[in-house]
Amino acid sequence: MGKTLFDKIWDNHVVSNREGFPDILYIDTHFIHEVTSPQAFNGLRERNIPVFRPKQTVATADHNVPTINQHLPIQEELSRVQVDMLTKNCDEFGIELYGLGHPFQGIVHVIGPELGITRPGGTYVCGDSHTSTHGAFGSIAFGIGTSQVEQVLATQCLLQQKPKRMKIEVNGELQKGVGAKDIILYIISQISAAGGTGYFVEYAGDTIRSLSMEGRMTICNMSIEMGARGGLIAPDQTTFDYIKGRKFAPQGEEWDKALAYWETLYSDDDAEFDKILNFKAEDIEPMITYGTNPGMGIGISQNIPDRNEFDKQEQQSYLKSLDYMGLKDNEAMLGHHVDYVFIGSCTNSRIEDLRQVANFVKGKRKADNVTAWIVPGSKQVEQQAKEEGLDKIFVEAGFALREPGCSACLGMNEDKIPAGKYCISTSNRNFEGRQGPNSRTFLASPLMAAAAAVTGKVTDIREMI
Amino acid sequence: MATKIFKNIESSAVPLPTENIDTDQIIPARFLKATTREGFGENLFRDWRYDSENNPRAEFVLNDDTYSGNILVAGKNFGCGSSREHAAWALGDYGFDVIISSFFADIFKGNALNNGILPIQVSEEFLQSIFTEIYKDSDASIKVDLEAQEITLIPTGETAKFEINPYKKACLLNGYDDIDFILSNKDKIEEYELRRQYV
Repeated sequence: MGKTLFDKIWDNHVVSNREGFPDILYIDTHFIHEVTSPQAFNGLRERNIPVFRPKQTVATADHNVPTINQHLPIQEELSRVQVDMLTKNCDEFGIELYGLGHPFQGIVHVIGPELGITRPGGTYVCGDSHTSTHGAFGSIAFGIGTSQVEQVLATQCLLQQKPKRMKIEVNGELQKGVGAKDIILYIISQISAAGGTGYFVEYAGDTIRSLSMEGRMTICNMSIEMGARGGLIAPDQTTFDYIKGRKFAPQGEEWDKALAYWETLYSDDDAEFDKILNFKAEDIEPMITYGTNPGMGIGISQNIPDRNEFDKQEQQSYLKSLDYMGLKDNEAMLGHHVDYVFIGSCTNSRIEDLRQVANFVKGKRKADNVTAWIVPGSKQVEQQAKEEGLDKIFVEAGFALREPGCSACLGMNEDKIPAGKYCISTSNRNFEGRQGPNSRTFLASPLMAAAAAVTGKVTDIREMI
Repeated sequence: MATKIFKNIESSAVPLPTENIDTDQIIPARFLKATTREGFGENLFRDWRYDSENNPRAEFVLNDDTYSGNILVAGKNFGCGSSREHAAWALGDYGFDVIISSFFADIFKGNALNNGILPIQVSEEFLQSIFTEIYKDSDASIKVDLEAQEITLIPTGETAKFEINPYKKACLLNGYDDIDFILSNKDKIEEYELRRQYV
């Protein structure tokens, strides 16, 4: 019987599989950042052991970093301590750090791909649930906890139970104004925030195939929001073209060898999945979330569901969520006022996202009631935006183009949405307080966010393009 | 760091029937700036526990003296969202040894087990029975026997078996951790690196 893409990569990385034990899985590259690593390094010190393969670890500072005046010392003391500790740990244990001020600094899931570190067939982990992003290249990538960060630092391996395999196929042509973010928000709204738990998802179908690498990363990024351990997409010419020529991509003979291997990375026709789901691209509208988990989303022309659509146990959590959001069931989202617009995060801060937004807002002006932030995913994205003159378009439209980092996705730095305010955000989570205590988040695509910035309210992008 | 040894318990429980409790609620991001594993318990469920002036919210269960114990009983899909292990540290630091739900998010489940906290998945019906009994009598106790992989709701005598990976069970019962195990296979890792196909 044939193998799924996931099985091919997994099996290729099993160091040992002893009966009754989880597999020992070899990790090609371990990404670390300042928030989930300090306790892991302390653990190594307590055990008095070194980092096993320091050259296979890549570090950056992203969660805590300010997005203005990055050339100055970090003002917030605890953030500064955490970022300084990462620098100290990397120095002591011999790890390459792309810290503040480095031309490669940025959100960990943005810099891996753009530097050519993330490649087909590899295994990638990071103490961050959105590590699933790297699966867009046809790799196994998933988020881990700090004890596991310590494990990988100590051994370059992880003890893992092999998850089940799911295939999600999307076929057909997308409507105008509908993109990768809408596809993934739609899928999660259909299967719920727990619909992928226990599975690793392969996304397939001609709609997925037609996406750029940036779009594929957006899809895989949010796999965790349906509970899946990760998501992946078989590599193809789009993937190879994206990687070729990047800083750490293989070159010359190495490239040819790599490519020959990458071309074998697909699910065989007779491969078996534990679950298969199919969706039609035509059914997908521009999406928006109304609630406090990413599964609570609707097509923009629809109303928030009626409470009676939920059973008694679910209804309580549902109404709690609407109460937090200051919304009612059966209400329309269209026309709801917006106070903040955040375009950024590891979901939508890549150059293609910025280009798309710039292209839309060119010659337009943001509404007076809206504060609009654009936070690029990396120094390289920021640089490229400037080279292409996108910065001027943003400034003329009244948007603030800030410096790279995780920013208002989770508000570990100063970029927080005030209590009670509404933010339409391109990030991946609308949890209570995610963007700041008592803040309220509507998740949407970069285009939907840009449209809301211009009109000052939730707007159907299809009517503006 | 070796995992703490898990001991069988019999305890009253704290009910939190909300579904999809994400790790941002268990420990909000602004409390992740510590560089040690200790002290997260005081900020467990911070924004549900305290208002913006830091006054305890009387309606939240952790502020209600009626309920106590080292078992937390929660609605389905507990621990979804961020991979932050700080959530498990906060629950452990506060004093919970067992979390019961009808469904756990994967990363949270792993993080809990790696910190000596036992996540027990029960059926939706059993979960509802537990809530019913706790609300009837807040002293209603639950017995957890890890060796036998069995959970008993004392007032009704209702019992269920629960699943746990045999390896993780051994780790919990003996205080082993994964690093000890993987490092005992160091020769295999080095062997693998020599035959590694991936370029």
